[in-house]
Amino acid sequence: METPYLLSMDNITKEYFGNRVLKNVSLKIKPGEIHALMGENGAGKSTLMNVLFGMPVIHQTGGFEGQVQLEGKVIRIQDPQGAMKYGIGMVHQEFMLIPDFTVTENIKVGREIGRSSILPLMDRVFGRDLDHMEWEKMSTDSRKALDSIGMMNIEEYAKVAGMPIGFQQFVEIAREIDKTGIKLLVFDEPTAVLTESEADRLLEIMRLIASRGIAIIFITHRLDEVMEVADSLTILRDGEFIARKDVVETDLVEIAQLMIGRSVEKLVDDSAEDTRRIDDDRIALELINYRVDMPGEKVRQINVKIREGEIFGFGGLAGQGKIGIHNGIQGLFETEGSVIVHGEKLDLSKRGEALRKDIAFVSEDRRGVGLLLGESIERNIIFSAMQVKNEFLKGRFIDRKKSRQHVEAMIKLLDIRCTGPEQTVGSLSGGNQQKVCLARALTLKPNILMVAEPTRGIDIGAKKLVLEYLRKINLEEGTTIVVISSELAELRSICDRIAIVSEGKISAVLAPDASDADYGLAMSGLSREDVSA
Amino acid sequence: MNQNKRLTLETKDSFADRLKTLLFDNKVMIVFALLCYGAFVVSGSQIETVLSEVFTRIARNGFTVLALLIPVFAGMGLNFGIVIGAIAAQIAVFATVYWRFTGFGGMMLAVALATPMAILFGYLVGKLFNKMKGAEMIAGLILGYFADGLYQLLFLVLIGGVIPATDPRFIIDGGMGVKNAIDLTGSLKYTLDRVQIIDLALGLFIIIAVITAGKLILHLRKKRSFEHKDWIIFAVVAVIYGLTYLPAIEKHLFADRVNLIVALPLFLAFVALRNLYHLYRNRKTAMPGFSRTRSIFMIVLAGVVFGLTYVPRLEALIMSVNLPVLPFILIAGLCAFNNGLLNTRLGQNMRTVGQSQTVAAASGIDVDRTRVIAMVLSTVLACWGQLIYLQNIGTFSTYGAHLQIGQFAVAALLVGGASVSKATNKQALIGVTLFHLLFIIAPQAGRELFGDAMVGEYFRVFVSYGVIALSLAMHAWQRKIRKEDPEFPDEVPSKPATALAHKVKEAD
Repeated sequence: METPYLLSMDNITKEYFGNRVLKNVSLKIKPGEIHALMGENGAGKSTLMNVLFGMPVIHQTGGFEGQVQLEGKVIRIQDPQGAMKYGIGMVHQEFMLIPDFTVTENIKVGREIGRSSILPLMDRVFGRDLDHMEWEKMSTDSRKALDSIGMMNIEEYAKVAGMPIGFQQFVEIAREIDKTGIKLLVFDEPTAVLTESEADRLLEIMRLIASRGIAIIFITHRLDEVMEVADSLTILRDGEFIARKDVVETDLVEIAQLMIGRSVEKLVDDSAEDTRRIDDDRIALELINYRVDMPGEKVRQINVKIREGEIFGFGGLAGQGKIGIHNGIQGLFETEGSVIVHGEKLDLSKRGEALRKDIAFVSEDRRGVGLLLGESIERNIIFSAMQVKNEFLKGRFIDRKKSRQHVEAMIKLLDIRCTGPEQTVGSLSGGNQQKVCLARALTLKPNILMVAEPTRGIDIGAKKLVLEYLRKINLEEGTTIVVISSELAELRSICDRIAIVSEGKISAVLAPDASDADYGLAMSGLSREDVSA
Repeated sequence: MNQNKRLTLETKDSFADRLKTLLFDNKVMIVFALLCYGAFVVSGSQIETVLSEVFTRIARNGFTVLALLIPVFAGMGLNFGIVIGAIAAQIAVFATVYWRFTGFGGMMLAVALATPMAILFGYLVGKLFNKMKGAEMIAGLILGYFADGLYQLLFLVLIGGVIPATDPRFIIDGGMGVKNAIDLTGSLKYTLDRVQIIDLALGLFIIIAVITAGKLILHLRKKRSFEHKDWIIFAVVAVIYGLTYLPAIEKHLFADRVNLIVALPLFLAFVALRNLYHLYRNRKTAMPGFSRTRSIFMIVLAGVVFGLTYVPRLEALIMSVNLPVLPFILIAGLCAFNNGLLNTRLGQNMRTVGQSQTVAAASGIDVDRTRVIAMVLSTVLACWGQLIYLQNIGTFSTYGAHLQIGQFAVAALLVGGASVSKATNKQALIGVTLFHLLFIIAPQAGRELFGDAMVGEYFRVFVSYGVIALSLAMHAWQRKIRKEDPEFPDEVPSKPATALAHKVKEAD
């Protein structure tokens, strides 16, 4: 069967424990083509690549449906080494480099050239283990690979440690190029950690590689880079194949729309009359030049004013910094800049300062930070109030009667499904754990409530209840609520304003009914003006 | 980016900075050297006795300390599990002397018995370590105690109790269990120390002859080409062996010891030649870790030291030390083996595994297998090290000889400036020297200072454990500094796949 495509993955379907993460997805790439694979977090890009590379996580969870063809032949890739044999390589986002090794050692890792041992018969007994390493040949190969991507200025015998990040990325690429018979290279968000000039250089190198007939799958969320370098693109959304387009036929706005495009399902019934009085002069929380040094979720510079009584959302892709915002205020990571609460500056060097200023938190990491899993529901709910406000205490001991009353009321209010206040939190379902977190935050009677990923890992019914409850306390108690969420749909259904965080900065503050394209562009750090320019 | 200028990452620090780094990197060693010096001055010992005692102890323990290196290469930390290798050696030695085998042949029997046991034990330890990655050191320490329990069961109950053994020389009067001490005098004592040079020459000749014959057979069966190089090696060895028949040379070769005044220049010549070779190899492009200044300095230093041997006072001192030949050859051989291993595929795989198991696995290296091999090698080498130790001591306490070797060997290695993740032959040898120096001097210093040798004894035990604790703490500290170093890239955001995995777990 003759086909113009180098790789075609047809009708790939993958389930994780009954949860369909890929539904009939197809991906086709021609030789020498740079093909962008796009989609939000959780759209299925990574799962698709895991299928392509035969990662153990795929086989251990029951394999996948559909077929993969390479040059017209159906192939079955059992493990990453298998993929390597078919000439499929990957440039990882987190570098697979060993800092203490030289460039050559890193390029040749696992594929060292050896000459059989000087002692006879040793290779019979020990296989190739005792081969003598031929470093000179290996250096020559590395030099060739580096030169072929135009990296004349990386020494093949320099150590990787201390090299600029961009150079490390190029070493990774050289390693893939050095593998014989490479036909397809996957770049997984390669520009995420690079400086601008390094990223430009990388795109250049990608073109150079493609010009030699090697196909490239380019996973990225930066739309401008796609427009600049890619020939064609495939868009996934919620595990579904949305479109395959040639870049010349489309434009930024359309791509952004396709990535986000979903009708805003109303998760929340908002028939209640809005009697809130929101005023631009009354600011509940202001962040000025705010930075948080949270690994993996770095906040680089945020300036924002959140008004009293509103529900404010922070959205954006994973790793862009939205998660850092509340963790910094909570005092879990180093911060810079000012956090002003009701006109008063917060001293974040003091632990628990935010809690004392009546800000309550529901953490995104509820099993790690949010809950004491081995403790009862009761203790979990009263714990913070007890620590911060000395409530539920009689002298130095816990006031059991008062605490029991309060917890029972909370269980009823939030409909926490449990056997009683004594049940340990670890044995509750995700949704009910989340409700316990919320109950604890509410017990503090906060003025400002910061909720991160309020609906992560909970079912649709619980989701609706949690969101409706947030709205209710906002309306009835006038609590200012800040929601940090990866799910745009839920932000759009309850928030008054939504800030999209990209690369540690706010790229846009949007109304919930702003267009999908606006949201899509904001997530990749662009604005309408950039597009028209 | 500048295309013309190649990226060189050599640090252009000032001399003071480099000196500071040098001192900081070798802090443990320097402190220990000062301590040794102080104790020596206080103790008022005879330098001759101390020196010759130190060399005896290097011969006795050097091998065991060097056996620790391979697991460090493979990222498994300091192998406290070498106790298990020592146990294999002791079982074999007991069997050998019980069956009344003696002399060099007896020793070879002990080696033949001990090695398979050590391989098995090493394999099992390796398997266990693979199940508890990241906790190898504590596992090895506890495993040592566990193995000691089994060993006691074997020697106290099973031998004589279940396994028939009646020889009153070794068995406790009741007929069950082995006596507390086993005397090797007349059986295995000094069997390796007393091997004559002439026998070694013969041994070398036989080994090379067998290898050459093997190559020749392979060549005739067209499996491998026989090169000129192979002939040359054989010819050189044959000539050397031939020379031993010249009476003038032969009469020197019946010795089993070599005076330090002979050995030292040989060693210095080796150092000088090695550095010359490095200079030659790196004449065009400098490999990482190569420093021209250092090589030249080492050559000059070797020359100066050689010159010093002509100072009459020093000459007399050096002449007072005699080295047993075979143990030192074995130590040198193990150093060469450690270095050679690093230049093989296996060694490179070990280094990769030691640096990052993730990268190793992603590059198709069988991580678990590599780690098991490292443990087997280390256990076998430790076992041989214990054989060398026992034959030199000449008597061993059945229930105590193996107990401390894990801690002592580890402490010695750390004193030499090694760490949990980095160790070299040089560090092992320096460490074993300094550690034993303190061991010899401390009791005397204690007696001089406090009128009680036991104070010195306590002191050296305190110091040896203190060094382990200190080194481990400093290693953890250094790693922490490194993590906070802004030069190292941020942790990159977790991939959606991992986030998804969490989601799946939570939903489950």
